[in-house]
Amino acid sequence: MAGYFANIRESVATIFEGMAITASHFVRKPFTIQYPDRIDIPIQDQLPFRYRGILDVDLEICTGCLACERACPIDCIVIEAKKNKETKEMVLERFDIDIAKCMYCGLCSEPCPTGSIHHTPEFEGSDYSLESLIRRYVKAPVSAYKVSKEPEMDPEVGPILKRGLRYLDEFATPEDG
Amino acid sequence: MQGFADSLLQGGILTGLPTELGYALVVALFAFLVLNFIMLNAGIFSWAERRVWARIQSRVGPNRVGPQGFLQWLADGLKNIMKEDLVPEEADAPLFKAAPYLAMMGFFASFAALPFAQGIIVADLNVGILYITAATALVVVGILMAGWSSNNKWALLGGIRSAAQIISYEIPAGLAVVTVVIYSGTLSMQGIIEQQGWEPWNWYMFANPFLTIAFFIFFVSLLAEGNRTPFDLPEAESELVAGAFTEYSGLRNLLFFLVEWGNLYVIGAVCATLFLGGWQVPQFTDNGFVIAVAQCLSFFIKTYFLVFLCMWIRGTLPRVRVDQLMTLCWKYLVPMTFVNLLCAMLYFVLFPQGSLLVSLTMFGLGVGVLLYFFRRVAFHLRRAKPEIHVSPFI
Repeated sequence: MAGYFANIRESVATIFEGMAITASHFVRKPFTIQYPDRIDIPIQDQLPFRYRGILDVDLEICTGCLACERACPIDCIVIEAKKNKETKEMVLERFDIDIAKCMYCGLCSEPCPTGSIHHTPEFEGSDYSLESLIRRYVKAPVSAYKVSKEPEMDPEVGPILKRGLRYLDEFATPEDG
Repeated sequence: MQGFADSLLQGGILTGLPTELGYALVVALFAFLVLNFIMLNAGIFSWAERRVWARIQSRVGPNRVGPQGFLQWLADGLKNIMKEDLVPEEADAPLFKAAPYLAMMGFFASFAALPFAQGIIVADLNVGILYITAATALVVVGILMAGWSSNNKWALLGGIRSAAQIISYEIPAGLAVVTVVIYSGTLSMQGIIEQQGWEPWNWYMFANPFLTIAFFIFFVSLLAEGNRTPFDLPEAESELVAGAFTEYSGLRNLLFFLVEWGNLYVIGAVCATLFLGGWQVPQFTDNGFVIAVAQCLSFFIKTYFLVFLCMWIRGTLPRVRVDQLMTLCWKYLVPMTFVNLLCAMLYFVLFPQGSLLVSLTMFGLGVGVLLYFFRRVAFHLRRAKPEIHVSPFI
């Protein structure tokens, strides 16, 4: 009989305490991050510089060396580069990356001499068809970038190259300096 | 309602019509109004409930459709209406199709006797509370029918559990009502409210200790009858897939949920009527219209507070096991209500007029418990040191 009343007392007391705890939650701030549109800074801007998102190519500084194509373990990069017989420079005719196949390993961006192929912080890659996931960077044949010993003075290419080299630098240095 | 119909027939817009036709029109009008009131309530509760749970769980809840997600219920309804209305091949099709409407009918019928303000009630039956008890018990027929006709063992189990649960909890609920009826001397909903006063210590909840106990027993029993957590075994998603509603899809499934959320309003309104003084307000002005609006407000505030309490309990307590459910009813609530009823009778014989001192003491105790509750809330807040966000809007 004592257990009977103890049960009643205990259940009333515990429900009372439980209700107090949940009531205290009514005035707590929710932890929810309201991705994608109701946040102060977009997630893409909060990610580190070397975040491995969707691949991008700066065609202005691509040397056409095919190092990335060779490094790719699943062959999602296809490059066609020919040497122009007259001007003796490489001409890029095709540079396709199949984002649907890419596994974001980063092996292609390691051997790139200029940091032309690099990961972006962009990760929202959903699309309506597989076909549109193949990124075609070469619209019309362009001549490849030629590395020179002098610092790059071209006002357009200069900043891009600087960014690419920084990308390579950050990869070469370990995170703790 | 009859008075209103008569006034329309004699000099109102319905002058010259046959009496029966006039009554039929007025009945149709009232049914339309009340139906829409229920639908709106059930819909908005479904949104409000999700927001309340979300805050309890440190989430945000639906906040995309309309301002603060307020139109979420419309979107959900539209989605359910557009879904296919499946009837399983092995099911008993006529029963299967009829079951949701039976459940709906039982719960709609109870609205006929729910008051809103003095004189504003569809039908002031002299057996009001008895009628409501009987009408809400009709829901069990619908749920049992749904469970049986689905031809699915989980649905059948869910239906039978529901029947056992609702019928068992009728006993403590009924006895708690009897405790009130002893004091009020009437079964009419309006009559019970008129017996109480607007001051909290004139409410039946604080009239004496036995009525206070009866209030809690009644509230718990109604939670169980309305299939609300912690007693929502009939639908138990995690054990019985969805109980009696397993095979239902689209609009028919929605109707069952409409009953559940609509039942919230019935729970709140009946508790407010019996124990919290219903629509009672102080006589602060002679303007009849203002008084009627104030009475409606008073009633709605009490009802919606109790509805909020139901949602809050649902966010707090886990579901009980089926044996615990029956233990609670037969070993605890039923004996408690019988003893409580006897004590209440004895008290009534000793103090037929009631005692203001006892009422004030009970009211003081209630305030004390509430203050202690807030101290506990403050204690938990101090201990967790969370970021504070008081506004319900995010």
